Amino acid sequence: MPAESIVVDHVSKDFTMQYHRTLKQMAVATARRLPLKERFRAVNDVSFTVEQGESIGLMGLNGSGKSTLLKLINGVMRADSGTILTRGRIAGLIATGAGFHPQLSGRDNLYLNGAILGMSEAEIHRKFDEIVAFADIGKFLDTPVSHYSSGMYARLGFSIAIHVDADIFLADEVLAVGDRPFKKKCMAKMQEIRRQGTTIFYVSHASASVRAMCDRVLVLESGHLNFDGGVDEGIHYLEYDDDEETDEALADGELGADI
Amino acid sequence: MRAANKNLTAAKRHATDESGRRRNAARKARRLLDKKADSMPVVELEGPRLERQVDADLISPAPRGGLREVFHERYLLKLIVSRQLAQMYAASLLGLLWSYIQPALRFIVYFFVFGVVLKTHGGTPNFALHLFTGMVFVHYFTETWSGGTRSIWANRALVMKMRVPREIFPVATMMVAAYHTGPQVLILAIACAVLGWHFSLAGFAAGALGLAILVCFSMSLSLIFSALNVFFKDFQNIVQTVTQFMHFLVPMMYSYSMLARLGEHHRWAYELYFANPLAEVVMLMQRLFWAPTLKPAEYADEFPPDLWERGFVMLGVCLGLLFVAQRFFARLEGKFPERL
Repeated sequence: MPAESIVVDHVSKDFTMQYHRTLKQMAVATARRLPLKERFRAVNDVSFTVEQGESIGLMGLNGSGKSTLLKLINGVMRADSGTILTRGRIAGLIATGAGFHPQLSGRDNLYLNGAILGMSEAEIHRKFDEIVAFADIGKFLDTPVSHYSSGMYARLGFSIAIHVDADIFLADEVLAVGDRPFKKKCMAKMQEIRRQGTTIFYVSHASASVRAMCDRVLVLESGHLNFDGGVDEGIHYLEYDDDEETDEALADGELGADI
Repeated sequence: MRAANKNLTAAKRHATDESGRRRNAARKARRLLDKKADSMPVVELEGPRLERQVDADLISPAPRGGLREVFHERYLLKLIVSRQLAQMYAASLLGLLWSYIQPALRFIVYFFVFGVVLKTHGGTPNFALHLFTGMVFVHYFTETWSGGTRSIWANRALVMKMRVPREIFPVATMMVAAYHTGPQVLILAIACAVLGWHFSLAGFAAGALGLAILVCFSMSLSLIFSALNVFFKDFQNIVQTVTQFMHFLVPMMYSYSMLARLGEHHRWAYELYFANPLAEVVMLMQRLFWAPTLKPAEYADEFPPDLWERGFVMLGVCLGLLFVAQRFFARLEGKFPERL
């Protein structure tokens, strides 16, 4: 009987957008009666439960709240209302890239990241070679990560996160910058941890890979969870497979502006 | 009637607007899917799926552990401290020496100006030790406070993407400050030994009390200001300005007896001066390091008669402040990732 791995209950997250940062700007804005700040709801009343070992495809357009939702699940952000509960160790990459310190070498960042993800010193020592081999960064290990190419950066980040032996793995468009062989290696590795029963959250726009990787799809649309169900239905939902309506929309004209 | 009609049209317009937006989004989504359809290689699952037993409770991914959680993550704290030290001295020839050169130069200048030219100490015996004791602990305080204030901002790459108890950054800064202050304390101890320091229980008690106040006070300020500095960078400038004054607002370049004379005429100025926990800390530390090098008669007038009472009250105040600071930090912390 698998237990719940993630419970998200009526979660909302607001962002405050502040337009003016200096006193002078604020004074000018007040004089002109412009708004000083605006609230924006990135995640709106989202609820779902994930069982241990499930593999979830999180889909939706850019700006629909996917990364925010993942940040809430991994604990970087706190929900403004509602509760999130998780079980076990969480690892993963959020918003294309790991939290690396730019001035530190790859080696230092590896240790630091591993420790933040909950690995002990002995565990990091034990997995060190494996992580470096998978990341394939070779002699750049002792170079500051600010000099890395975006591909190397992503490779090291992914390699650390996937070797953490986490109970929940979050992959947020992480592989967007990798090259094809590396992507393939990563997908294989993700399938491997999926097989071992790790809960996976996979964000991707590529329907074929979501189909192969996931058991269930969640679709976020401007902060609302509008679909929660099977993979094929989810992809179908996102594609809105109704061509007539699209032609109509094109004829409508007024919509053309937003292309 | 007309109002109802108007409402209806408004609702209709809203509905078409909604569906229009939806269709537009649908088209965007389809185009994106077309473009990305084969951007990701497909790897199928191989072998039977295993079940993973996780023997942990369902908990919040962002527990409000605060300072207590920081001390559970000792390995991470150690890494952050050593990393911060390494970063400080990267590309520097003299490295760690810099944290001695600066205080040494400052000591020489202060000693020359206040001890030789102005003679503000009014015949305080072992004035150099009196001054140096104060400087060591003021240095620790200013480094913890100003470094701590910048710490969250400086580590924003991590704060934005990884889940860590964020109090760890101000705490790490305090450890770095302690690392720098340690050898200075050693120099201080050697100087004491040379000048005929002798053991006294009261001295050690004063030192322990002073250290407790110092740690609580500097940690509280560093928590409060590191959180504020995320929202407004002005705070790091404010801190820098105040720390410059701090050297002059503790009894180290001049003696306590001068302040006592001031207190006879201006009670409020005296009370205001000693409302500063750092002034109390410096006196307690002088009680440990400087006083035992003298005869009791020589330092009798150089400490307030209520040194201990004040010390314990100040410790209580600073513990309260630390509690408030932790609460304040926890409240603002939730907004760090979006404001960095």
